[in-house]
Amino acid sequence: MDFYTVFWREMVVFRRTFIKFFASRLVSPLLYLVAFGWGLGRGLSMDGGSYLEFVVPGIVALSAMNTSFNAVGVSLNMSRLYHKTLEEYLIAPISASAFVLGKVLAGTVRGLVASLIILGLAFLFGAHLVVNGWFLLVVFLTCFLFAALGVVAAMTINSHEDMANFSTFVILPMSFLCGTFFSPDRLPKAVAYIIEVLPLTHASYALRALARGGEVLPISLAVLLGYAIALFLAGVWVVKKVR
Amino acid sequence: MKFLGVNKLIEIRQLTKQYGHIVAVSDLDLEIKEGEIFALLGPNGAGKTTTIRMLTMLTKPTSGTALINGYDVTRELDKVKKEIGVVPQHMNLDQELTAWENLELHGRLYKIPATERRKRIEELLQYVELEDRARELVSRFSGGMKRRLMIARALMHWPKVLFLDEPTVGLDPQTRRKIWDLIRRMNSEGMTVLLTTHYIEEAEILCHRVGIMDKGKLIALGTPGELKKRVGEVVVETFGGKDTGYKFFATREEALAYASQVDGDVLIRESNLEDVFVELTGRKVVD
Repeated sequence: MDFYTVFWREMVVFRRTFIKFFASRLVSPLLYLVAFGWGLGRGLSMDGGSYLEFVVPGIVALSAMNTSFNAVGVSLNMSRLYHKTLEEYLIAPISASAFVLGKVLAGTVRGLVASLIILGLAFLFGAHLVVNGWFLLVVFLTCFLFAALGVVAAMTINSHEDMANFSTFVILPMSFLCGTFFSPDRLPKAVAYIIEVLPLTHASYALRALARGGEVLPISLAVLLGYAIALFLAGVWVVKKVR
Repeated sequence: MKFLGVNKLIEIRQLTKQYGHIVAVSDLDLEIKEGEIFALLGPNGAGKTTTIRMLTMLTKPTSGTALINGYDVTRELDKVKKEIGVVPQHMNLDQELTAWENLELHGRLYKIPATERRKRIEELLQYVELEDRARELVSRFSGGMKRRLMIARALMHWPKVLFLDEPTVGLDPQTRRKIWDLIRRMNSEGMTVLLTTHYIEEAEILCHRVGIMDKGKLIALGTPGELKKRVGEVVVETFGGKDTGYKFFATREEALAYASQVDGDVLIRESNLEDVFVELTGRKVVD
């Protein structure tokens, strides 16, 4: 139950800063919805539905990614390099896997809350989406794997600037290209192949299919699960290496 | 002087740490007994912090061994972790948590059961005189309050030995004395303390024994009195217009005889640990 101690600390802080978190998590999805769903996409139809209904699952996926990655990545990087609060955990008698699991689950909770905020907003914008257990499972896996990526990045990147660079060169392009705002088959073949390998693409695909009332896509689910496990293990490994 | 146990709480043998070509700590041998307050003294970059980091398992030694209460710091990590309390040089409290929550996090990490944990937190906040500020965020605390809370945190799990890395750096004189009192009080209750400092008076006032480190090596070891005797208990300071000369003598008579022969301003006084320190570490730089 050591992971719960790590998770507990994150939730104490999350509760304390919830209003701020809630407000800040409203801003960017609201802008996306206004710009792409309502402004640009009005009257546009995608695969037989409104563009709004096409784009909301994409926005859920990218917000899950961004929120979870940043929640873990930025704060852990700061705690390792600047506040040095990581030492408190490294000195304590807890395992690396308990530490990583606690951090990753805390990032996942934040990502899930951010995703629910978007679904609430989309509902207010008049989008009709099916949100079932599979949908939430896909969001959970997306949050989990990017929170784990946050651990890996935070433990291996040695400055705040490079942390920001990682976001700019890895996270930001994925936000736009991984089937979030448009279908990647419009991209050149070579690029589309690369995009197909990335986890966020499968998060978008799976969420979009489910939101339309379709079945869960087994390949996408398997890809997300694979990434989640691999990145979690990588996170444990890099934390072990620091000790 | 209070009774010192015969138990060796810390045993360091041939401990070495290299960063590439740079040798931070070289072949360190040291034993610290139960109930001792021991200071590692030395100029910046002498290897004090690296030594503490190896003993607290934040850095792996390149070679050599260190035992704490008989447990090997490179092998029996979880056992060692329960024996030691660590107060690092930099402030590393969780700024987003209150004083109480910082202690609670520590207690949970060391798996102290809830009721016992609550009692211990109350007891320690009282001990470091922070009970009125328990529910306040640490980010609003002054430097001295943070330092005291860090000591309370290190004591949470009843460690046998406390590591303090530069415990009073950057504190005002009143706060500093308060920390010294706290260290003495803990020691009188049986705690073994290993601290590093470059404030010489801190070592002289507080510590039973002192080890002086320079360039990764232990160059002197003993009680403050023994070390003073080693360089000479009487100093003659002569000021020749540009810089001060120091000469050390075993007796007052010898010092007087020497002083009568020199021109200019002369001062005769007892030597202190600072003289020992400068004599042992400073001269090498000049020579």
